Amino acid sequence: MEYIIIIIGAIFVNNIVLVQFLGICPFLGVSTRISTAAGMSAAVMFVMTLATIVTFLLQSFVLVPLHIEFMKTVAFILVIASLVQMVELIMKKVSPPLYQALGVFLPLITTNCAIMGVALLVIKKDFNLAESVVFAIASAIGFALALIVFAGIREKLELLDVPEAMKGAPIALLTAGLLSLAFMGFSGMV
Amino acid sequence: MSIGKEFYRGFIKENPVFVLLLGMCPTLGVTGTAVNGLGMGLATTAVLIGSNIVISLIKNLIPEKVRIPVFIVVIASFVTIIELTMAAYLPDLNEQLGLFIPLIVVNCIILGRAEAFASKKGVGESIVDGIVMGLGFSFALTLLGSVREILGFGSIFGVKFVAEEASTMLLFILPPGAFISLGILTAAINKLTMKKGKV
Amino acid sequence: MADKKKMESTFFNMVLVLTVVALVSAFALGFTYIGTKDAIAAVELKKTIDGIKAVLPEFDNNPYEEKYIVEGFEGVEYYPAKKGEEYVGTAVKTFEKGFVEDVVIMVGFDSEGKIVNTSVIQHKETPGLGSKMSTPKFKDQFKGKAVPSDSGIKVTKDKGEIDAISAATISSRAFCGAVSKGYKGLLKGGKK
Repeated sequence: MEYIIIIIGAIFVNNIVLVQFLGICPFLGVSTRISTAAGMSAAVMFVMTLATIVTFLLQSFVLVPLHIEFMKTVAFILVIASLVQMVELIMKKVSPPLYQALGVFLPLITTNCAIMGVALLVIKKDFNLAESVVFAIASAIGFALALIVFAGIREKLELLDVPEAMKGAPIALLTAGLLSLAFMGFSGMV
Repeated sequence: MSIGKEFYRGFIKENPVFVLLLGMCPTLGVTGTAVNGLGMGLATTAVLIGSNIVISLIKNLIPEKVRIPVFIVVIASFVTIIELTMAAYLPDLNEQLGLFIPLIVVNCIILGRAEAFASKKGVGESIVDGIVMGLGFSFALTLLGSVREILGFGSIFGVKFVAEEASTMLLFILPPGAFISLGILTAAINKLTMKKGKV
Repeated sequence: MADKKKMESTFFNMVLVLTVVALVSAFALGFTYIGTKDAIAAVELKKTIDGIKAVLPEFDNNPYEEKYIVEGFEGVEYYPAKKGEEYVGTAVKTFEKGFVEDVVIMVGFDSEGKIVNTSVIQHKETPGLGSKMSTPKFKDQFKGKAVPSDSGIKVTKDKGEIDAISAATISSRAFCGAVSKGYKGLLKGGKK
């Protein structure tokens, strides 16, 4: 039951992009087409889950026992950056078509605050490993949901007549605001 | 480089938030009040200046292939120093800003400036760049924070100027309000720079 | 512009530079950590002591030193207060899952088990809604009340006597739940 609450919370109620403000850069930058949004989401889901597991283990078996929790920020970001490099290399070798599809998004993921954010959150919320993995996957699904819905809307927006000063970021932000408002309707579900 | 021109660059022409659209996460996440926006901006500026200085000093000692990991370690170290210092001496602000303090490490502004500027220019210029871009960022965050606080709480920097029972537009403190406020502000700045001719 | 010879990207150089940078970083951070450790601990302690002072009548012992926990009530902390030899009351740091995360509050019970006062230590509830639990309008309702030992103290929706914050029932319920939990623990293992 606890897992259901974590899942619904992460996808809807506390949606990682629209409520917690993590992952805004890719959200605004990569959401102009549904296909790119989908690609980025897949890459994020993969890295987020993997990164959360590794950082969790790092925290539990290295940082805490050695009393060097203050190295958390440095250690976590290095783990994430290395993971992304590794994933890129492996993907290139193992599945070139997948690399073609997702490859270009991977370097961008390192500075995606959503990944680092989720890694830090599971430590803060004191989840165990299983809960952390569930949370990571659910957060990634929430990210995907926000991104893909947003891309769908933006594709339609391109066909409309937008005032010069509003073009690009402003109209995207206003749209995101309305989307965020819609998601607020989920509050009270858990 | 004239100081005036530099400040114009950091604040308006190449404002990290409104023009370059970098550092969006903290911009939306902590600007519920003007104080939080300012605090976050200054913390980020401190990291930016620190990392710009160090990277500029050691730029010739870093092999090309490992420059990104090195930049990351330098930036992350400064972030941790700020984290610890704030937890010790500014506990209230620390609690308000929460998760976004360690997240300064993934603020694309810092890595961006390290890559584009500090790794190529001298220490003096890097310091100025850090100050100017950092303050431009702080300006944007404080502006957004003020707008949201005025509309959402009826106060500015904690000083209330409407009656206690007056209803305020709470929406602006909540997530949708963040997006909407930033959208309108960005459009306004666009209009301003458009008027000055093609930038 | 860059006519200075940059370090070459040989394997040895790369490993050397990375190791040196990592070591310098660890050293600098360790140094900072040691320098700020005490200040950070002091901040934590002050928060707790201030919380205790806000919810109990005058006392002159150090409740923090006499802190205890009760079996079956994980995470709840009990701070007994005395004036001279006389037991004055107990401050309880308790919590309950709110809308977002745990709501952590300090509630003071006097020597007869009635609530003296409450104070919010930490919450992440929605600004303008659940966050109103810190306002006197909500908190002060608890002053002087006795907690029903069987059902705990509840909001009017749950047939209790506390007026919930409008549109923030979950936050209000969490607050009540925390208070009730603290009281039940006090009944079970409270020391004087």
